[in-house]
Amino acid sequence: MTQLVASPPYTNAFEQIQRDHAGPATIADLRRVAFDQFSKHGLPTTTSEEWRFTNVRPIADTTFVPAQAVKLTNEELVQYSATGSLDGWPTIVFVNGHYDAALSSVAELPDGVVVESLANVLDSSPDSMGIEQCLGKGADIHSDSAAFAALNTALFRDGVFVRVAANVVVDSPIQMLFITTSQSTDPDAMESPMTHPRILIVAEENSQLRLVETYAGETNTAYLTNVVTEVVAGENAAIDHYKLVREASAAYHIGHMHLRLLQRANLSSHAITLGGNIVRNDILAVLDGEGVSCTLNGLYIANGQRLVDNHTTIRHAKPHCESHELYKGILGDQAHAVFNGKIVVEIDAQKTDAKQTNKALLLSEDAQINTKPELEIFADDVKCTHGATVGQLDSEAMFYLRSRGLGLEQARSVLIHAFASDLLNRIGIPSIRAGLDELLLAQLSGSGEGGFYEFG
Amino acid sequence: MLEVSNLHATVGNKQILNGINLSVKAGEVHAIMGPNGSGKSTLASVLAGREEFDVTEGSVVFQGQDLLEMEPEERAREGIFLAFQYPVEIPGVNNAYLLKAALNEIRKHRGEAELDAMDFMTFVKERMNILEIDQSLMNRPVNEGFSGGEKKRNEIFQMAVLEPKLAIMDETDSGLDIDALRIVSNGVNAMRNAERATVVVTHYQRLLNYIVPDFVHVLSGGRIVKSGDKELALELEDKGYSWIEGVTESVGS
Repeated sequence: MTQLVASPPYTNAFEQIQRDHAGPATIADLRRVAFDQFSKHGLPTTTSEEWRFTNVRPIADTTFVPAQAVKLTNEELVQYSATGSLDGWPTIVFVNGHYDAALSSVAELPDGVVVESLANVLDSSPDSMGIEQCLGKGADIHSDSAAFAALNTALFRDGVFVRVAANVVVDSPIQMLFITTSQSTDPDAMESPMTHPRILIVAEENSQLRLVETYAGETNTAYLTNVVTEVVAGENAAIDHYKLVREASAAYHIGHMHLRLLQRANLSSHAITLGGNIVRNDILAVLDGEGVSCTLNGLYIANGQRLVDNHTTIRHAKPHCESHELYKGILGDQAHAVFNGKIVVEIDAQKTDAKQTNKALLLSEDAQINTKPELEIFADDVKCTHGATVGQLDSEAMFYLRSRGLGLEQARSVLIHAFASDLLNRIGIPSIRAGLDELLLAQLSGSGEGGFYEFG
Repeated sequence: MLEVSNLHATVGNKQILNGINLSVKAGEVHAIMGPNGSGKSTLASVLAGREEFDVTEGSVVFQGQDLLEMEPEERAREGIFLAFQYPVEIPGVNNAYLLKAALNEIRKHRGEAELDAMDFMTFVKERMNILEIDQSLMNRPVNEGFSGGEKKRNEIFQMAVLEPKLAIMDETDSGLDIDALRIVSNGVNAMRNAERATVVVTHYQRLLNYIVPDFVHVLSGGRIVKSGDKELALELEDKGYSWIEGVTESVGS
């Protein structure tokens, strides 16, 4: 396969950003380096080990243009949220990548908590609140498999900056909504919009917060969401993070999350993928202090010809850390999933306790998953386990349910839901759990996008 | 209520049932006994609609309808209940959810109003007492982590809630301790009435001390080789199944 090089629209977008929204000089320089890297490598192809099963040719073949600002009403906004309501949570909203101050509600936050448009902070605050020292320090933009992160770094227009000061506990979850919607009233103007949201979360020592990142869209045209999230959890900080991908069925979503966890930090992140045509979630967690606890959970549901790829890397750099990982997928029709779970235990990371589990439920003969655990262990006193199972609905359980009077479809739905239930039960915010439960049931019963019962 | 005529069934290429004839009327309790491999459990499974068995000959009429034409769920809604020999563990589905969904499907089929959560709990409470089922069991996943005795009790509890017209118990007694056997039997006896029929499939006579059958049939080689009253079970216990196999040979010759 030939290398795909940066096409003129990306160059145009980059020049426009450098001209109008470059930010402080350090950031403008970072953008330049990132764009050079992107231009050098181009979008990844399946010859790259990291992208072997995920062909992004459809993305490379589409001409994307920076998404234009569109106004949404509050009623329109609510349907995109994780729970079907905004729950009175501090909420920051981006429509087509543009910060919508009117829809956002981040004015009244506890002392020591900042939730802001990243661009606003970079443009207006003289010291940029320390963003320049953190931004781009986590996410890799140099390797050939990191082209999307490089593209984001070069082209990000806006995003979210969250900082929680030391010892501050934020009770209410902080909600971030990224919505892509048709940008033109002219139906013939079938432009494919792209957004490159950038998120930076800094939780200082001993702070505590919950974050909900939601990506949603409603448009028939293909669009690209290419997000990079960087999180720094200070000593003994506790973070509970949720990423919900509810993109429209024609959407491409590429997400890269970099987590840096300092000593005794406790982080759990849940990646829930319900929508999108091609979805890639990359997570790199660096356990960079003793006593860190890191949990990565994931649930993905795909039907039609959708592709969902979860790549996670947990790097144990220091002793006495634990990591737990549970990913579950439900695949129907000709859907394709990739799970790649890498655990690296560095030579100093003695007494590491790492556990990884990946389970997939295939509802059709044509659905497929490529699952691969990768363990790289350099320390000698560690506990690392991994397990992967791929299965179909248990025919004995199906018969049992039917013999009690449940119809074929109901029995299927009950078992699929049961398969997902242990992950749903790990979701610590009740309204999100309930909202997801509903979305899941809607999708299973076929009233959501694409029915699950089109196969034998 | 149930008319089984000349029923033949295979699994794969293996012939298991070789012409079963059985007539069960409302109010009756029939025991089906036989050595391992005689086809007892297959008969129970075919009646409940398990798909891996192929019926190659014969018919089953249940309340005037062709049972073999019905899906398993239709049979359940028409009033057939199979207590499984090996109840299935279903992680992630709690007992109360399954039972309420099942009961409401059956009620819908009968043209009765569905029960809400409150009415449902009132409805099941009394039956829980009979089977000495602890309330906490209702909120546990179906059969997951249950002991053998709890699983069998749970089967009979489901049966008590779903109130079938024809209850089929597939070796419900196997592996039960003395207490569990008593509780299960009490449950079954409490449900005996003039409208309900019960088919008890068992290897051992012991259960029949508790659930006294009206008829006993002995199955061997996929056929009923001897029928009688409860005395037949005692005779069997006395003489062992080899006695029956001798009878089979003489029938066959």
